[in-house]
Amino acid sequence: MNKFTGVDYFNVESLLAEDEIMVRNSVREFVDDRIIPIIEKHYREEKFPHHLVKELGKLGLFGITLPQKYGCAEMNNVSYGLVMQELERGDSGIRSFVSVQTSLVMYPIFTFGSEEQKDYWLPQLASGEKIGCFGLTEPDFGSNPGGMITHAEKVNGGYKINGAKMWITNGTIADVAVVWGKLDGEVRGFLIEKGTKGFTAPEMKGKHSLKASVTSELIFQDVFIPEKNILPGSKGLKSPLMCLNQARYGIAWGVVGSMMACYDSALNYAKSRIQFSKPIAAYQMTQEKLVYILTEITKAQFINLQLGRLKDKGEVKHTQVSMAKRNNCEKALETARIAREILGANGILDEYPIMRHSQNLESVKTYEGTHEMHTLIIGEDITGYAAFD
Amino acid sequence: MKIAVCVSHVPDTAAKINIGSDGISIDPSGVTYVVNPYDEFAIEEALKSKEKFGGETVAISLGGDANKETLRKALAMGIDNAVLLKDSGYRDSLSVSKALAEEIKAQGAELVFFGKQSVDFDNSVVGQLTAELLGYNCISVAVSFVLDGNKIICEREIEGGKEVVETNLPAVITAQKGLNEPRYASLKGIMAAKKKEIIEKIPAAATNYVEVLTMKKPASKQAGKIIGTDASAVPELIRLLREEAKVI
Ligand SMILES: Cc1cc2nc3c(=O)[nH]c(=O)nc-3n(C[C@H](O)[C@H](O)[C@H](O)COP(=O)(O)OP(=O)(O)OC[C@H]3O[C@@H](n4cnc5c(N)ncnc54)[C@H](O)[C@@H]3O)c2cc1C
Repeated sequence: MNKFTGVDYFNVESLLAEDEIMVRNSVREFVDDRIIPIIEKHYREEKFPHHLVKELGKLGLFGITLPQKYGCAEMNNVSYGLVMQELERGDSGIRSFVSVQTSLVMYPIFTFGSEEQKDYWLPQLASGEKIGCFGLTEPDFGSNPGGMITHAEKVNGGYKINGAKMWITNGTIADVAVVWGKLDGEVRGFLIEKGTKGFTAPEMKGKHSLKASVTSELIFQDVFIPEKNILPGSKGLKSPLMCLNQARYGIAWGVVGSMMACYDSALNYAKSRIQFSKPIAAYQMTQEKLVYILTEITKAQFINLQLGRLKDKGEVKHTQVSMAKRNNCEKALETARIAREILGANGILDEYPIMRHSQNLESVKTYEGTHEMHTLIIGEDITGYAAFD
Repeated sequence: MKIAVCVSHVPDTAAKINIGSDGISIDPSGVTYVVNPYDEFAIEEALKSKEKFGGETVAISLGGDANKETLRKALAMGIDNAVLLKDSGYRDSLSVSKALAEEIKAQGAELVFFGKQSVDFDNSVVGQLTAELLGYNCISVAVSFVLDGNKIICEREIEGGKEVVETNLPAVITAQKGLNEPRYASLKGIMAAKKKEIIEKIPAAATNYVEVLTMKKPASKQAGKIIGTDASAVPELIRLLREEAKVI
């Protein structure tokens, strides 16, 4: 296999700072050495490569925009995006792990947590010594999490939690779950530690997508947690939505990584596969496919970079994040399927990365707000009419 | 102890190389440059040595402004200081070694790591020449390195086996693949490197004893020949290997 040297038709690299390029290159090397050689086997066996967690921590990939005093790198959002992009070139499951730990666990603890919670959890989550998960979705409440049934009741010295979550990335392997439930009708965040009485997190099996990532149910039966485990700053549904907005940003970048992997694989294959005496890359219809994929990658790169620059200036709107997530996920899935066609039958084999990416992207297009929900969010923004309640 | 590591900035081995319009240099346009791969082992060994014995590490590179990228990476991996000996003109290996030796002397470094060769021009002599100019001991092509007080024991890779050798400080060690597993530049390391300054110096002018007359690209490979797809082709394959390729 040829060494991956990036996909950058418009020299987007010239718009990056030196340290941003270094971050990208360092993670790219890591992905080539540590993820790509093992990922197909883990995917096939439905195993999360647990041994990588500490290595990802050592590299500094958890909570990368958070302050150094918590052991984080304190980098900008463009660097965060580049990390997501490179990781997802390896596998969406690994990127999902880092997204959850960073945007859905460390971010809420940093943003809504007490000093004590931050000092205790953030350094351990940054190093990968501890793993977190984020429980919002429930069996009956996906796109409308506001209807959630999980709730907390004030009891002597703390809270009693009842309810169930579903589709929770990292659930079974997490040391701490950031769980969203209603307290007196208002959505609040709670930190629930592994091993707490009444709390179980069975793994969901039988996935055809994100197979190298752990997905779980979280079940709470009269779970008692002490007063200090509520996230004091969390107030209403807006709090978990703020977390999702962080994660969606990372996903918009991440899927460009899978697009690059699929494009790279399809381009190399097209140049070497000979049918009717010529490489299939020499036929116009194959060229059209490759050009289409490359063009979509290029457009997504520009969307992401501008989104990141706006975010770094504190000027980004959540509807812009929605547009990036919506567009890039849709195009990533569409182009993965086109890339698979270029490989013909070989495209379905796990000797090539395309089918795995394509399967992963089915989840990525759905989680963190489905394509339809992001359409409705942007639709409301531009028309002033909310088409959902 | 002061530990130095000399690093070169070379075209990525995956890059397609074209010859420049002058016919005696590489056309750098469109070529990605990286830290010389063998120098990554040298950097790692310098870092490990510092972690074990304390002291200070310095990375030295001779070349143009572009070499700062390689120095920056050494800093991001954890090297303390960096010096760019700024000269982008042509230098032969001895002239490179003279400039490096002078800087190593100025730094007072007793332990110096190099890669066993630079993958751009493959002369494989700069480490050894520098040792000679400094009057230091030298072990080349090391695949293991142990420092105990003043004593150094290394394993060297030799044809068909390994050789265990011993020497004393001050010394130059040239690194071979297998010496260690170079670390990745961590995000924190990259942030820390941003704050470090690369010191620029102008080395003494070059006196070259070797001149490059011309550069040539290797002859392009001839297309392969398929002589059959099953066992019946074996006799013909053997005949061709014997008579045409003359390899058996
Ligand atoms: C692998 C994986 C990992 C996940 N990880 C997590 C996690 O870590 N934490 C977490 O909390 N959740 C997680 N999720 C859950 C994910 O966020 C939800 O699946 C997602 O929000 C959609 O909810 P749903 O599956 O219940 O679909 P539904 O909400 O039931 O939607 C079904 C379909 O109906 C459409 N639809 C719904 N409402 C409307 C409307 N008003 N107008 C038009 N169309 C509509 C949707 O777009 C979709 O196409 C994960 C999901 C997957 C697949």
